[in-house]
Amino acid sequence: MTHPFRWLLRLALALGLSCGAAAAQAASEQASIPLEHVPYRVNDLLALQNGAKLFVNYCLNCHSAKYMRYERLRSIGLTADQVQEYLMFSEPRLGDTMKVAMTPAQAAAWFGASPPDLSVIERALASHRGSGADFLYTYLLSFYRDTTRPNGWNNLVLPGVAMPNPLWPLQGERAAKFAFTNDPASPGLQLKRFVDYEQLTPGSLSPTQYDSQVADLVAYMQWMAEPDQLERKRLGVIVLLFLALFTFITWRLKSDYWKDVT
Amino acid sequence: MAEQTLPDAGAPVAATRGGLRQWIDDRFPFSALWAAHLSEYYAPKNLNFWYYFGSLAIVVLAIQIVSGIFLVMHYKPDAALAFGSVEYIMRDVSWGWLIRYIHSTGASAFFVIIYMHMFRGLLYGSYRKPRELVWIFGCLIFLCLMAEAFFGYLLPWGQMSFWGAQVIVNLFSAIPFIGPDLSLWIRGDYVVSDATLNRFFAFHVIAIPLLLIGLVGAHIIALHQVGSNNPDGIEIKANKDARGNPRDGIPFHPYFTVHDLFGLSAFLTIFSAVLFFAPTFGGYFLEHNNFIPADPLKTPPHIAPVWYFTPFYSMLRATTTTSVHLWMAVLTAAALWGAWSLRRRIERLVVLAVGMAFLLWAMATVDAKFWGVVVMGGAVVSLFFLPWLDHAPVKSMRYRPKWHLSLLILFALDFIVLGYFGISEPSPVGYWISVSCTFIYFGFLWLMPWWTGLGTCKAVPERLVYHPH
Repeated sequence: MTHPFRWLLRLALALGLSCGAAAAQAASEQASIPLEHVPYRVNDLLALQNGAKLFVNYCLNCHSAKYMRYERLRSIGLTADQVQEYLMFSEPRLGDTMKVAMTPAQAAAWFGASPPDLSVIERALASHRGSGADFLYTYLLSFYRDTTRPNGWNNLVLPGVAMPNPLWPLQGERAAKFAFTNDPASPGLQLKRFVDYEQLTPGSLSPTQYDSQVADLVAYMQWMAEPDQLERKRLGVIVLLFLALFTFITWRLKSDYWKDVT
Repeated sequence: MAEQTLPDAGAPVAATRGGLRQWIDDRFPFSALWAAHLSEYYAPKNLNFWYYFGSLAIVVLAIQIVSGIFLVMHYKPDAALAFGSVEYIMRDVSWGWLIRYIHSTGASAFFVIIYMHMFRGLLYGSYRKPRELVWIFGCLIFLCLMAEAFFGYLLPWGQMSFWGAQVIVNLFSAIPFIGPDLSLWIRGDYVVSDATLNRFFAFHVIAIPLLLIGLVGAHIIALHQVGSNNPDGIEIKANKDARGNPRDGIPFHPYFTVHDLFGLSAFLTIFSAVLFFAPTFGGYFLEHNNFIPADPLKTPPHIAPVWYFTPFYSMLRATTTTSVHLWMAVLTAAALWGAWSLRRRIERLVVLAVGMAFLLWAMATVDAKFWGVVVMGGAVVSLFFLPWLDHAPVKSMRYRPKWHLSLLILFALDFIVLGYFGISEPSPVGYWISVSCTFIYFGFLWLMPWWTGLGTCKAVPERLVYHPH
């Protein structure tokens, strides 16, 4: 005798298989290079301070972070004087936000595109491929020299991006080597696959040091996207502890009221 | 003024007390309301897990209103300022991030609770006579809630806010004749713009909340008129003691107030875990793309509504020319069956034939997008008819054939699968699964008059099944 609900199982199996097929199809459309996992340093004040230094020196010339106040940098362990002396170059007051002098018209003329504001970019770049921090980390590590591009730079994560590598003095210049194979599906087309980098000029940092600097910069951008994130988690622990206790009390209260109900 | 002596039948003489309570009662029926709705409102003793969601829905409504009031204090309904003002709330307003996350998590929690609450209704036949109006008020609340969520989602003015609103408002343009003008009228502009943001803000903060509160009041008044249903689907009012109180009932206060207080604290624990540790919920409660300011010139590659709309969105996407043809076949079959049963009544048969011919002509000529809107709207509107579609001899699934419960679970899974494919990027497999699930959804509801009458129900006990705890 077959089980009366066997058809339900069959249906569930069929749905599961087709969901799997849909997922496999989506995977083939993904960009070719997987995102690298960035070390988590949002709870590391020294990393955040170093990241802030890199950010104001290398990013803030073209990109703004117009919702981020300089004053907020005090919550990563810097004093007001330190912020004003070492991190503020253009804005007069501590309460100002991180704006940029370049106008959209200049940006269009120089780069062909307006650089996006970076205040919450880490949160915006999250996707099924990985967190926004993973994206930024991989992106910043994937620049290479490309003479076919107007500004001489290209990127593996965002091919054809208008942004040159601002950190090249640290990393040095690299070229990317690609392997070309014929596309079996459509003759005449070639598939381009990244093989390796070739270091053209040495940078001021070793590759390991450079990776770590970029990780600090990304940690800062991750923190800046939600400056209260650590406070949120700290408060969350307290709230959950209280609610666990409160749930226990209300459970006992309920049981006490209901014990005589027959 | 002539002195009148009215018979004061309601108030017992002995109840006259001094003090504040009496002072109020002379002027406002506080004690009478308290008794009618709490201390002497008898609820069935055996209400289980599924019955927590009613009181939770009220609490979440209160949470949304209070957190919403604080958000409005700092939010700017202006296309140039809206995105920045949300970031201002997140960064510069004291505890602003907490208020914002309460409100955004609350929106998703509201839908989770409402879907559970509705499932409970289906499980125990809570929409059946005499609770038809309770159910209809509930369906109206669901409609309002969807409108409230839709209008509110535009306010952060991110990419998904903008393009989601653009897609949904554009749907109205599919309505024949008046569509383009109607969508223009809704937007107040040729694209979603500052004008749209302002009117959506008005709807989100005042118009729909007023309606919601009124409907919730009506929902509760109607419920207290007929009394709560229960997992056994028995009318407890049919069996009363000498004092006229239901033998299987128990006063709502204090018994269900402490009961629901426990439910509330368990809910708040889960709610807080999400709020403090996963406020974006992996991009499902706050979509990643919505952290990019709205840009009318850049269409995101993949536009998906928030998770709670995706089952309906999936039905919309599944309605293409091909599936409209399937619908035509299904409706023709239904009409032929109708014609067979009307074969002796010529006038009605003619009306049916003419009506069907017109419908088929319309389905063959009008754009499939319009029928998608009809299907999506129909999916919600169909729920209103449930009290008259269900012909089962007993209310609760406990005493109905096992396969009725299997069908209900299939219906719930079907809804979840639709939701999954509404979130996913379009694919041929997803399309055909969505089409099948759409037919299962409508089939479950509109074939109810047929399938709910099949099978033999178990005997319903006289009294509630209650296990003391």
